[in-house]
Amino acid sequence: MAALNIKKGATSHSAYDLRDFHSEVERSHTLAVVVDNEAGVLARVIGLFSGRGYNIDSLTVAEIDHKGHRSRITIVTRGTMAVIDQIKAQLGRIVPVHQVIDLTTEAQPVERELALFKVAGTGEKRVEALRLADIFRANVVDSTLESFVFEITGTPDKIDAFAELMRPLGLVDVARTGVAALPRGAA
Amino acid sequence: MSRQMTGADMVVQALKDQGVEVIFGYPGGAVLPIYDAIFQQNDIRHILVRHEQAAIHMAEGYARSTGKPGCALVTSGPGATNAVTGLTDALMDSIPLVVFSGQVPTFMIGTDGFQEADTVGITRPCTKHNWLVKDTDKLAETIHQAFHVATSGRPGPVLIDLPKDVQFATGTYTGPKQANTSNYQPKVKGDIEAITKLVELIETAERPIFYTGGGVVNSGPAASQLMCELVDATGFPITSTLMGLGSYPASGKHWLGMLGMHGLYEANLAMHDCDLMINLGARFDDRITGRVSDFSPKSTKVHVDIDASSINKIVRVDLPIVGDVGHVLEDVLKVWKARGRKVNKEGLAKWWAKIDGWKKVKCLAYTGSETVIKPQYALERLEALTKGRDRYITTEVGQHQMWAAQFLGFEAPNRWMTSGGLGTMGYGFPASIGVQIAHPDALVINVAGEASWLMNMQEMGTATQFRTPVKQFILNNERLGMVRQWQDLLHGGRYSQSWSESLPDFVKLAEAFGWKGIMVSDPKDLDDAILEMINHDGPVLFDCLVEKHENCFPMIPSGKPHNEMLLAADAAAFTSGAALV
Repeated sequence: MAALNIKKGATSHSAYDLRDFHSEVERSHTLAVVVDNEAGVLARVIGLFSGRGYNIDSLTVAEIDHKGHRSRITIVTRGTMAVIDQIKAQLGRIVPVHQVIDLTTEAQPVERELALFKVAGTGEKRVEALRLADIFRANVVDSTLESFVFEITGTPDKIDAFAELMRPLGLVDVARTGVAALPRGAA
Repeated sequence: MSRQMTGADMVVQALKDQGVEVIFGYPGGAVLPIYDAIFQQNDIRHILVRHEQAAIHMAEGYARSTGKPGCALVTSGPGATNAVTGLTDALMDSIPLVVFSGQVPTFMIGTDGFQEADTVGITRPCTKHNWLVKDTDKLAETIHQAFHVATSGRPGPVLIDLPKDVQFATGTYTGPKQANTSNYQPKVKGDIEAITKLVELIETAERPIFYTGGGVVNSGPAASQLMCELVDATGFPITSTLMGLGSYPASGKHWLGMLGMHGLYEANLAMHDCDLMINLGARFDDRITGRVSDFSPKSTKVHVDIDASSINKIVRVDLPIVGDVGHVLEDVLKVWKARGRKVNKEGLAKWWAKIDGWKKVKCLAYTGSETVIKPQYALERLEALTKGRDRYITTEVGQHQMWAAQFLGFEAPNRWMTSGGLGTMGYGFPASIGVQIAHPDALVINVAGEASWLMNMQEMGTATQFRTPVKQFILNNERLGMVRQWQDLLHGGRYSQSWSESLPDFVKLAEAFGWKGIMVSDPKDLDDAILEMINHDGPVLFDCLVEKHENCFPMIPSGKPHNEMLLAADAAAFTSGAALV
């Protein structure tokens, strides 16, 4: 049996997949789930996560094909490689799910998130907020004499960084869309 | 061919077109139009149950004994919530069911109407898929899709929620052939490269074992036949989970008996020491593996399963093959034969010598008695006196279930119906009625404990009404035997709430429903009593008073590995400390 070069025992690697399943390292994965846009489909996906004890860090859903009634759900979750594989397999057997892609493992995804920030203040703080918004390429989408609403898009890290900077300058409220992601390249 | 008809008529028409002969159900306000449609036809037989949970278990018994999907019809609100236990049971054991529930009219949904419940919400996690149909024109297609989903891939229960106005409204009927089922097509053929690898492993393994499960039964009789052919041709030992019993005959030369928590010593030890484990349609359940980190540490593991999510869920395997067991086995046999039917004969001979040594332990041995009926003895006699008959066995859940699995032999698949995954007390009696409805002339016996049996005893009326001659073989120890056993072994013998107080006089109870009642307490009378039960043309309530403090062995305490089994003789020396799961 040694000729097959399959290591024996429950802790051996798979004969077919060379990724390290036994790594106990948890990392963030962005999953794209293409589903039929029918009643209850989101509840099925979310119910699977809560029912089996998986985490959702971010969730974005919208219909992407109005004629075919297909929606794309982008989920950011955390887990070891074994857990992520199990999540993928579990998602894959939901009847209205057509495709599950682990973008983090299978592609180097482009990830973007949109956020709105309401910042209130006057004087130097107000000027500083506007100056930083310019550096971050945020747009002003609403303004009064005491406040701005900034619109910003970027990676979740960039939005986190912007939030940190706005906090001492009079941050009132934040709304974030969650991550939308696509694989890079032609395919 | 499109026809106009009401939603209620569509339900009946679609059932006919799907080849359904029987539906188990209970009427109520929200399904009255369907009941009206059932009243006006004679093709589909309706079995009126006494509680909706039992309707689902009957449909399960029907499905498991025939291989066809089981059907049930319940009303909205409490009708649907009562069905939840049965649906969960069928989901855990992969039983194909199509269940219809009534719902308040579409315009009332969400208003907390009378007998309204969010049925699709409640049943979403306990069905394979479910639908709320809001448009009569889509109803027929939905029903055909439901049958497709319930029976394809890994089978399971599905539910269709039908608002009353959708049942009344008229729409266009779609036949099964026109219904679109293309978006759910699970893969059944296994990867041929992986199958060839498996054959290479079969050719060289020194200590191989087949570990088989409910997937073999679900794949159909052909899968069982192919498996028997492969097992007998290779000469490999075979063990099975509770769910897979019968797919390889118990009288077969290579049979080791059931494995797992109450499995046989030789089966568990062979699993622990094997160098090649071939899992066919089983799912590494915690009752099978014991402590996962010590589970079969020296083996190369192959897992054939139609459900990709079963693979690597609990135990990491070396060679996964996603596909239907029957299809995969067909290819395995083809490749193995083409390559010259090779096995490692020398290694196998040594392996069998080792296994024969384990068999000598006689792990099912128990201390007999001349004064009290031992539960094991009762099952040995039941086995002896029913052998050779085409016999269907259902069980409840607990000690009697494990003894039945240990002491009764199954020669063919679809003859053994038990609640494995969910462990539902109250399953066996209604399931036995469902089996008997499917096989009116067969001998159908429910091996029960008195506590489980009481959980769905209202179905006595159903059995009487539909003349199902089911035999209720109750091993009455006036205890919740398995709970008592764990309290005995792990909770210092503090028997908290684990005895059956105020039991009925079962003989009188039987007579009250027009059944035959038999009570037996002396081992000398047992054979005659069993024969009287078998020969009675009608339902029998068999009250077998057995030893009250018998424990079920062998036993792998929860959280222990296979090689730390407790045999009856060790039990006294066992000190607590095992995990309590």
